[in-house]
Amino acid sequence: MTIAAARQPGPRFVPPALVGMATLLVVLLIMELLIQLNFISRFIVPPPSEIVGSFGRVIVEEHVFTRFLLTLGECLTAGVMLTVFGIAGGVLMHRIKLLQQACETWVAAMAAAPLVLAYPLFMVIFGRNAWTIIMMGFFAALPPVILKTIEGMASTRKVLVNVGRSFNLTPTQQFWKIMFPAALPTIFVGVRLGLIFALINIVGVEFLINYGGLGQLINDLAERYDLAGTYAAICFVILVSVLFFMTLEKAERWLRPID
Amino acid sequence: MASVPSVNDAILVADDIVVRFETPEGAITAVDNVSLKVRPGEFLSVIGPSGCGKSTLFNVIGGLLAEHQGVVTVAGETISGPHKSIGMVFQEESTFPWRTVTDNVGFPLELVGMPKAQRIERARHFIRMVGLDGFENRYPGELSGGMRQRVSLARTLASEPKILLMDEPFAALDEQTRLLLGDKVLQIQQQLKQTTLLITHNITEAVQMSDRILVMTYRPGKVKRIVDINLPRPRTSEIVGSEAFGRYVAQIWSDLREEASRGMQDEEKHALEHPSTAS
Repeated sequence: MTIAAARQPGPRFVPPALVGMATLLVVLLIMELLIQLNFISRFIVPPPSEIVGSFGRVIVEEHVFTRFLLTLGECLTAGVMLTVFGIAGGVLMHRIKLLQQACETWVAAMAAAPLVLAYPLFMVIFGRNAWTIIMMGFFAALPPVILKTIEGMASTRKVLVNVGRSFNLTPTQQFWKIMFPAALPTIFVGVRLGLIFALINIVGVEFLINYGGLGQLINDLAERYDLAGTYAAICFVILVSVLFFMTLEKAERWLRPID
Repeated sequence: MASVPSVNDAILVADDIVVRFETPEGAITAVDNVSLKVRPGEFLSVIGPSGCGKSTLFNVIGGLLAEHQGVVTVAGETISGPHKSIGMVFQEESTFPWRTVTDNVGFPLELVGMPKAQRIERARHFIRMVGLDGFENRYPGELSGGMRQRVSLARTLASEPKILLMDEPFAALDEQTRLLLGDKVLQIQQQLKQTTLLITHNITEAVQMSDRILVMTYRPGKVKRIVDINLPRPRTSEIVGSEAFGRYVAQIWSDLREEASRGMQDEEKHALEHPSTAS
């Protein structure tokens, strides 16, 4: 699709964000109706109105902002680490063909492995602290970043590399001025996937090892059978995810204003 | 009869270039003993049917293909790789999509460490030259194919090469845009007295722009003939309607026809022998 086509606005005076919000509201209203009419048991899914009503209680009584900041901080640390090490690993594997041939399958296999089950091992290595959670998020999220970096580097159009060669670029210039910016859109796909994996694992391990954060809060509330509170806490996890994706989108637009 | 410049007159000399490729079906000689000389300020086109080794020759002269026999010299200096005196414009779209038009054109100036303000001013000079004023802050994704090729041309010109080497730069464009861009290239070439070597398979384009045309044979690519184009300068695309232009086109086509037929027969034979690889 061309940029001109991509920038075509939808129907006049209806911004996409408004359509998104309206869709969400309609889904919530349908859920509310189905639960109120007993098509869905309220003991499995509480009505959205009850979840919204529990926000104040969860925020005040459960110190949700402290937990929110802890989960956000863990995600941020894991995100920075996986961006730095994932991209570096991908570049290294693309540069050293033997390394790529030897390890790419293993990295891909690691992406499919349920690493969260290895949490006791991570607790033995890092102790019962935030680093266990961060490292689990980091390792689980590393493969997509590495694989997408390799893919992005390999799919750089040959003519762009030849333009660099025709201008006598050094290998370092060739990398920073051509290969890396050309691969950025694909690398960002990897980082996005990585952040999803990281967030899932971080919240999952918080849930499992009962060490603070939103994951522990979800566990606590679920054990108390506070369903509305549990779903409210899940909304805060979604908020972390939304914040990350908005920041990432801004970063991508800054680095690659247009494709 | 073509006037061949002496080695001393020439700024670019390719001498006895031979390129062989190993393929699953055996060794192929893509370019066979091709020699050419280009005078300063001259516009020379290399024309031949598809598969005659034109782009291979482009890569050899541009220093992108090291595995060849023969020597390429620029102003007497033998070159063994990409050379700052040769600016290349490629057949495929080659602008950097993450840079604006100004940043694309300023790319070679950035490499030599020119201060930003001076770089922008210089880039704008070349943007104006290719007729893209007003598009300085646009990205390539917002431009048409012809405009992007003009950005590539401006970027190459910004490096102020002694020799402009172009490989079918308008091949992907429609005929009308091609003729108009031909005008633009001619105008720039005459303004800068730019030595230019154009690789093309388009006879009209070659006759419209060139001082001389080197006709190549189909595989292996050899020099079949060099034709002097004695059409008046300055030229524009209006010249394509003249009688003299038509005579040159007919003359070149009579040379090319046999080669193009051989190429077509070879492709058909290959398709019959290797049905899975035929497109």
